[in-house]
Amino acid sequence: MADTHLDRDVLSALQEVMGDEYSTLLDTFLDDAEERLRILRKAEDAAQLMNAAHSFKGSSSNMGAIRLAELCHELEQCAKNKNLSGVEKLVGEIDGEFALVRPLYEAECRRSSPTKAIVPRF
Amino acid sequence: MQPPLESLTILIAEDSAADRMLLSSIVRRQGHEVLTAANGAEAVEAFRQQRPQLVLMDAMMPVMDGFEAAQQIKALAGETLVPIIFLTSLTESEALARCLEAGGDDFLAKPYNQVILAAKIKAMDRLRRLQATVLQQRDQIARHHHYLLNEQRVAKAVFDKVAHSGCLSAPNIRYLQSPYALFNGDLLLAAFTPAGDMHVLLGDFTGHGLPAAVGAMPLAEVFYGMTAKGYGLSEILREMNAKLKRILPVDMFCCATLLCLSFQRSSVEVWNGGMPDGYLHSVASGERTPLKAQHLPLGVLSPQTFDDRTDVLPMAVGDRVFLLSDGVIDTCDANEQLFGVERLQRVFAANRQPDALFAEIEQALRDFRGEARDDVSMVEVSLLEATQVSPPALVYSDSGQCCPLDWSVSFEFRAATLKRFNPLPYLLQLLLEVHGLRAQSGALYTVLAELYSNALEHGVLGLDSSLKRDASGFTRYYQQRSTRLDELQDGFIRVNLQVTPKGEGGCLTVRVEDSGKGFDVERVMQRPADGVRLSGRGVGLIRQLSRNASWSDDGRSARVEFFWEALA
Repeated sequence: MADTHLDRDVLSALQEVMGDEYSTLLDTFLDDAEERLRILRKAEDAAQLMNAAHSFKGSSSNMGAIRLAELCHELEQCAKNKNLSGVEKLVGEIDGEFALVRPLYEAECRRSSPTKAIVPRF
Repeated sequence: MQPPLESLTILIAEDSAADRMLLSSIVRRQGHEVLTAANGAEAVEAFRQQRPQLVLMDAMMPVMDGFEAAQQIKALAGETLVPIIFLTSLTESEALARCLEAGGDDFLAKPYNQVILAAKIKAMDRLRRLQATVLQQRDQIARHHHYLLNEQRVAKAVFDKVAHSGCLSAPNIRYLQSPYALFNGDLLLAAFTPAGDMHVLLGDFTGHGLPAAVGAMPLAEVFYGMTAKGYGLSEILREMNAKLKRILPVDMFCCATLLCLSFQRSSVEVWNGGMPDGYLHSVASGERTPLKAQHLPLGVLSPQTFDDRTDVLPMAVGDRVFLLSDGVIDTCDANEQLFGVERLQRVFAANRQPDALFAEIEQALRDFRGEARDDVSMVEVSLLEATQVSPPALVYSDSGQCCPLDWSVSFEFRAATLKRFNPLPYLLQLLLEVHGLRAQSGALYTVLAELYSNALEHGVLGLDSSLKRDASGFTRYYQQRSTRLDELQDGFIRVNLQVTPKGEGGCLTVRVEDSGKGFDVERVMQRPADGVRLSGRGVGLIRQLSRNASWSDDGRSARVEFFWEALA
């Protein structure tokens, strides 16, 4: 069920706020998220991990990616408590969740601006 | 009515591009200008260059985090309130507290809620305007205060020129006044009369500040102008009262004590209208005689009902008159208790060094209250030997080309005039048109005053000068003088002045006749001339200060001469 991953109410609110730039916003988020994931994967200490997870949690929640935000929150807590045993598994789950929501956001992009073949970069 | 929402310039500092974009859209849709920064350092730079009015700041950012950036922006903003709202999904109270410590004014949690954001921006804008208003008003108050102080400085400088034109620096006067006593309504004036007597006024206008100070100028002018022309206390008091009554509003008046110290007659004349008791301290007996208020303050009564009656008390050389303002006895302690007269008298009693009295009173006030007051005025005037007093030479502004040299004039002053009119200032002014007489104006005035008061008191009023031998008789003498003058029906004093040129100089002959019984000239002449003198007809003094003094018609007619040489 898609609704456990994406909050549709948030998406429609975003569309209303952003208007024509809705798809740009989603696209920017996807780029941003790739960057966060890269940082998460190669984080060298608990502090880096915690900061990256925290930021990712914030933008995920703004974009209505409920499950992604939850996973980032769990990772942030682990890093904060220096409980690094579950970190690898959580990063994997975040990877998986992002792979799952990514096509949903892309579909949303196409739906909102079907004329745009290429989404301009922010 | 709600003022129309003003468009603000809002800085958004957020490292996540998507969040930054979203927030920018939300804020722009609410009608504000947006500046963006991707980290703390960019945020500080953007603030420095464009001075946004409000900042939305992410806490966790690369390069410089939000905490550091918030501190720097607050420092740059100085007194102006630039509200900073932290953007955070931080939930731990410790982290939230850190935002506040760094200067944050509020938080906004992720995910963003448009309604809450709009409300917070509005609330912060209100706060910002409030702060701006407070600063503006503070600056305005500071400016007004500055103006006021400047006005006071100017007013004080002008007034000091007037007030200090007198003789407050004479060796027998000691006084203590706060530098801005004028603006507490306190006024202290002193001046020599042409005869070498000294007039002293300690006054206290109702109220504070400029209103209390405005009456001081006309009062000082009357005091100095009339004292210099030789008017007595009664005439000066009447004029001051009439003037203040005319110019001051109803609820304003001036409590005042006026003194005339006569070094030649060894006496002090006192009028106290509404001031605290002054004291006459007799060195010989150690006694302090209170000089009580017996009149309403100046500026209250109409000229018709004003009472100018004075008291005359004997003084010996070294005796002191002490006057004080109500700031002394009305000083309150922490429990609203007044310092009061009894405490003041205890300070008097404990005093051993007369010169330390002021300092001791001040110390007692400080001990009582815990801090010094700035509206305390005190003055002490002591009686010197007549020869130690040196009134300043009068300054004349005329050219001397129209000096009259050959003339005579006669006056007859009758009962109704004698009661209420003092002709001496007019006579003196007339005589001082003769330049050759100006060098001896003091002696001239003293002799004229003695001759006139002899003619009035012993001649017309028939008072017995031997009454004045002791202090109680002294008081009785002046009571009788006042009663008899009130009841006077008949009698006259004639004054004849004659100026004749003599070579390069000239001669003034003064003749004073009265309608009294006369006196035994020979017996009075035989009495040794003593220095300290309460009784007698001032004959010694007259003979000392003038030439060829003689009495005829059984003492009813006195004649003296003054000579002058060629003027340099």
